[in-house]
Amino acid sequence: MDLFEYQGKQLFARYGIPVSPGEAVETVDAAVAAADRLGYSVVLKAQVQVGGRGKAGGIKLAASSDEARAHAADILGMEIKGHVVGVLWIEKASDIAEEYYASFTLDRAVKLHLGMLSAQGGVEIEQVAAESPQAIARIHVDPVDGLSEAACWAWVERAGLNPAATEAAVQVLSDLYRAYTDGDADLVEINPLVLTPDGRVHALDAKVTLDENAAFRHEEWSAYEGTEALDPREREAKSKGLNYIGLDGEVGIIGNGAGLVMSTLDVVNQVGGAPANFLDVGGGAGADLLANAVEVINNDPQVRAILVNIFGGITKCDEVANGIVEALGRVELRSPIVVRLDGTNATEGRAILAGHESDTLIAAPTMLDAARKVVELAKR
Amino acid sequence: MSIFVDETTRVVYQGLTGSQGRFHGLRNRAYGTRVVAGTNPKKAGTDVDGVPIFASVADACRETGADASCVFIPAPGVAGAVMEAAEAGVELIVVITEGVPAHDEARFFNALRRDHPETQLLGPNCPGIISPGRCNIGITPGEIALAGGPVGIVSRSGTLTYQALHEMTQQGIGQTTCVGIGGDPVPGTSFIDCLGRFESDPETRAVIMIGEIGGSDEEEAAEFIATKMTKPVVAYVAGVTAPPGRKMGHAGAIISGSKGTAAAKIEALEAAGCRVARNPTEIGVLMADVIEGLA
Repeated sequence: MDLFEYQGKQLFARYGIPVSPGEAVETVDAAVAAADRLGYSVVLKAQVQVGGRGKAGGIKLAASSDEARAHAADILGMEIKGHVVGVLWIEKASDIAEEYYASFTLDRAVKLHLGMLSAQGGVEIEQVAAESPQAIARIHVDPVDGLSEAACWAWVERAGLNPAATEAAVQVLSDLYRAYTDGDADLVEINPLVLTPDGRVHALDAKVTLDENAAFRHEEWSAYEGTEALDPREREAKSKGLNYIGLDGEVGIIGNGAGLVMSTLDVVNQVGGAPANFLDVGGGAGADLLANAVEVINNDPQVRAILVNIFGGITKCDEVANGIVEALGRVELRSPIVVRLDGTNATEGRAILAGHESDTLIAAPTMLDAARKVVELAKR
Repeated sequence: MSIFVDETTRVVYQGLTGSQGRFHGLRNRAYGTRVVAGTNPKKAGTDVDGVPIFASVADACRETGADASCVFIPAPGVAGAVMEAAEAGVELIVVITEGVPAHDEARFFNALRRDHPETQLLGPNCPGIISPGRCNIGITPGEIALAGGPVGIVSRSGTLTYQALHEMTQQGIGQTTCVGIGGDPVPGTSFIDCLGRFESDPETRAVIMIGEIGGSDEEEAAEFIATKMTKPVVAYVAGVTAPPGRKMGHAGAIISGSKGTAAAKIEALEAAGCRVARNPTEIGVLMADVIEGLA
């Protein structure tokens, strides 16, 4: 789950990382009131989960109430790369002497955490990485040991920051590592991390991706529900416990396991169809979850045919079949469903479906047959 | 021969008393796996359909000689369960549970790597391991596998693992061992671990490797295949048309570079001499061709 900048900064603040005082607002009047409270100058920042906000005019400096009002009116409702700005973050403007880059994420290749720190922040860091990789100081951290203060000092010194920033940067990076691990984040990134003329170091931006698998130990994450940038189909699917990504085609896809679902998208594509979605019901899906999945796909107006592709392991095909039958009773199907069942309890599952086969419920023996059939139906 | 497990492997199930653990544990036993024990601190002294329940893995190992464990514990308890099994000295820990936090995985993987290097962790979020006719640990439906070899299978995706077994069996080609390594960020066992074992297993004559988008495991495996393997490899990578997933900020892009896409993985595997199937059915067709060439 990706956080907005203001949510990321609030998270950083809880771990002691200095951020500018600020407020998140949704209306022009609230923006002006917040700016007046904070004291000028302030920066108004569009809250969208996409890069290039500044270039698109989504970040503005205001020195007075009038300027704050004008900028807030411009930015709220603005569309940036398909994202409509609904929230503004307003913070006290900072004086900047230098701009750095800092992040922690998992390095999957060596299965250790990776910290990256660069004196060349504030810019396209990917470009820095490509053109002068030596400008990024990297540190691998063993998750068992954590980041020691000595290692952190050595790392900051390698990065070649202004010596005036060293002590404060070590503190910020130690706190950032805690925010990353204790906060169960997949990624924490500050770009830019700034040094002010009076020698303070603080986070001017915040990018945080949380690991949703850890939600069970983070009750505070419930505050992020409903603020996520999801399309309406994705929101409905998520509320029903389904792993769903909306696409542009006309073949609705339901499967179990990310690999099999991705493979199903590939095969539907290969036989000339276009998937409307990715939907993974996960392992051990019962009848109720399957019925929900069918309902979500059925509600998508662009879907013209549905493919259910299940290879049972922990998922039992008879429960899948029961879910499909339950869905048939619960909702009025707009499109035909092609079902392919193999694996655990497949014989029982196929027998359940056999009693309900019709023009709208078609069983297929293999994945390839099922894909061909569903694409043909979608084109009819 | 098989890799990691054989007919002598004795397995303790952590979470045998839960509904998933019971269903799959007993199904593994019916397949022929030596299911010797279960654990549940609150139900020690009872049994699940004749399988004795112990308070801890250490007790189970001492009383039954268990040398492998299979974890069906819910995600919040997995980190504790893995460490308990490693400390009890089991040689193979198979974690079926999905939804384990990545930071937990990173911690117990590194704790095992340092303090219990002799323990092989498989998973989390994997279907397990099956050596057809000898041992099945996990949730793979045993009836889709065919004993006798000569093909070894390693896969990152659970359900595609079954699909590959199914395609082989449909072609009448047996399997030595099929390992589902799981698709989580920190898999206990990597492609390379399995490829190396298959290379030195005399009964395995060809290998199927199934990957998916994300990370760089397939690229590293391709490097291993090119430099260390003599046996033919048929590969498949899911996600050619997958939507560009959520990019993990800039940091993720910096680590992976151009790696991570299906196209990059397929290119690396082809350059390493693998035959790459375009869909799961083609895995069977290509492998049948490879086997014919070996005869």
